[in-house]
Amino acid sequence: MTHTSVRWSPLGLALTLLVLCALGIALGSAVGSTGVESWLNAWQDNVAWQIVWDIRLPRTLGACAAGALLGLSGALAQGLFRNPLADPYLLGSASGASLGVAVALALLGGSPLASELLVRLGLTGAAFVGAVLAVMLTLLLSRGVQHTLRLLLAGVIVGVVLGALASLITLMRPDVLQGMQGFLLGSTSFIAWTSCVLMFGVLAVCVVLALALSRVLDALTLGESTALSLGLPLAPVRVALVCVLALATGTAVAQTGLIAFVGLAAPHLVRSMVKAKHNWVLLLSALMGGALLLAADLLARLVIAPQEMPVGVLTAVLGGGYLLWLMSRSQHMRVAR
Amino acid sequence: MTAPRQALRVCDVRVSLGGQAVLHGLDLSFSAGRWTSIVGPNGAGKSTLLKTLAGLLPTQGRVFLFDQALQTMDRKLRAQQLSWLGQNETASDDLRVWDVVMLGRMPHQEWLAAPSAQDHAAVDTALKATQAWDWRERSLGHLSAGERQRVMLARAMAVQAQVMLMDEPLANLDPPHQVDWLEQVRCLTSQSTTVISVLHEVGMALHADDMVVMQAGRVVHQGACADAATHRAVEAVFDKRIAIHALDGQWVAVPKL
Repeated sequence: MTHTSVRWSPLGLALTLLVLCALGIALGSAVGSTGVESWLNAWQDNVAWQIVWDIRLPRTLGACAAGALLGLSGALAQGLFRNPLADPYLLGSASGASLGVAVALALLGGSPLASELLVRLGLTGAAFVGAVLAVMLTLLLSRGVQHTLRLLLAGVIVGVVLGALASLITLMRPDVLQGMQGFLLGSTSFIAWTSCVLMFGVLAVCVVLALALSRVLDALTLGESTALSLGLPLAPVRVALVCVLALATGTAVAQTGLIAFVGLAAPHLVRSMVKAKHNWVLLLSALMGGALLLAADLLARLVIAPQEMPVGVLTAVLGGGYLLWLMSRSQHMRVAR
Repeated sequence: MTAPRQALRVCDVRVSLGGQAVLHGLDLSFSAGRWTSIVGPNGAGKSTLLKTLAGLLPTQGRVFLFDQALQTMDRKLRAQQLSWLGQNETASDDLRVWDVVMLGRMPHQEWLAAPSAQDHAAVDTALKATQAWDWRERSLGHLSAGERQRVMLARAMAVQAQVMLMDEPLANLDPPHQVDWLEQVRCLTSQSTTVISVLHEVGMALHADDMVVMQAGRVVHQGACADAATHRAVEAVFDKRIAIHALDGQWVAVPKL
């Protein structure tokens, strides 16, 4: 058997991705409707400074954090469910988060007092609760995680039903339609410093927890019986993993809406470049997700400049193309063997 | 003369899977430091019995590991004393062989602790014993099915448990490596390890010290592999389609055509 793919060392890939992220953040603060002048004049011009500091930098850093959260949760989902096709959204967490946001907007969106409350808390809480409940509902319907097909079907069902409920709410309360549309298309345009800090804070917590649980993901690849025979407390660990998964997904989705494929593609890209244990895969998937969404955010600003494309649309198109390429490549490899 | 120490004992064990009774009130004991093979036709309940012995299935009745009730034993202590190799066990293609075998040391490690020198030594020994040492840096995805099986065997051996349970450990192994496995089991039992294996190749199973013959969820016979009564029981559960003969000092199972 010959192996033609280039193998990276985990540390080498991590450093490369960090450099790419730094580059993306620098570029992200320079690119926008007012062009690079704002960046060059930021020290002299107050308006230019505001554009760079209050708009471009938080959205760029926010895109990086949201991508990292999605990449991390994608790697967690694939490890937890031992299925390379699992992504956080497939288990209904995105629809759950959408429903949570729709309910929150419908219930609290009316009064000025409630709006203030919403601003303070953000929609993270609602999205988080929605995501957790949706994943729990999926696990309940599939009666555990042992049967992959049942799990995926349950995820699809939960996704469709909760998505329909969110649509019903927007139909009954048209005033939340605009907020929901921005949410469903996925956008990094409105990320402020508070969201940014929140996402990086949650990311730090999730990365630490995920790394602490990573050995269980390694053991789970041996199969459930063997993992149990190694003395692992599988039930509580699964609950912990699902909580981390839901927290990461819920936080990202609440701040940026539904951004497709980053959670699925980032771990795939990492695994195609690095063969490593889950601790590295989780960390690198977070970095890869951050770099991917940064790149997508930059493209979204450039493709139809001076107008902007919702970044979720771009990641859906690029991610779909990537998966198609992956499928055709694996077919070619099978034929070659 | 004192009675041999019992490594595992089951009392009136019943198991139902999907609402269907698979094991019907079994009473068995397995002597320490011996190799027992479990044989029987397809669907006899061999793998279910092995999983029950490992404490991996909800059961009615009692299972004792060195006279301690398995169900109430500390999870980690049980994992240190009882090693399990599942049927068609595999791991992620992305993991290095060395990392897979190191997973076998989990029962001996603290949650976030780095592997100790003892862990390293156990992994090295297991890799060398299964002739998997040379691929320790390769990822599992780059190995053949037989090579993977040897890595999985090394993973189970790295636990260094007093009791090893193996379900179809010879799957995908070529004849020379089947012989290596037999030698390895002999080496383990000489060090007082108890080995219990499910094998569908009766010829290989006859190399064990003792044999449990099963049919339709019941034990029809338990005895030494060299006993004529054991041979008759094996022939009977396979509808007399095989015959057991002696050849060059070994027992062989020959198909009756």
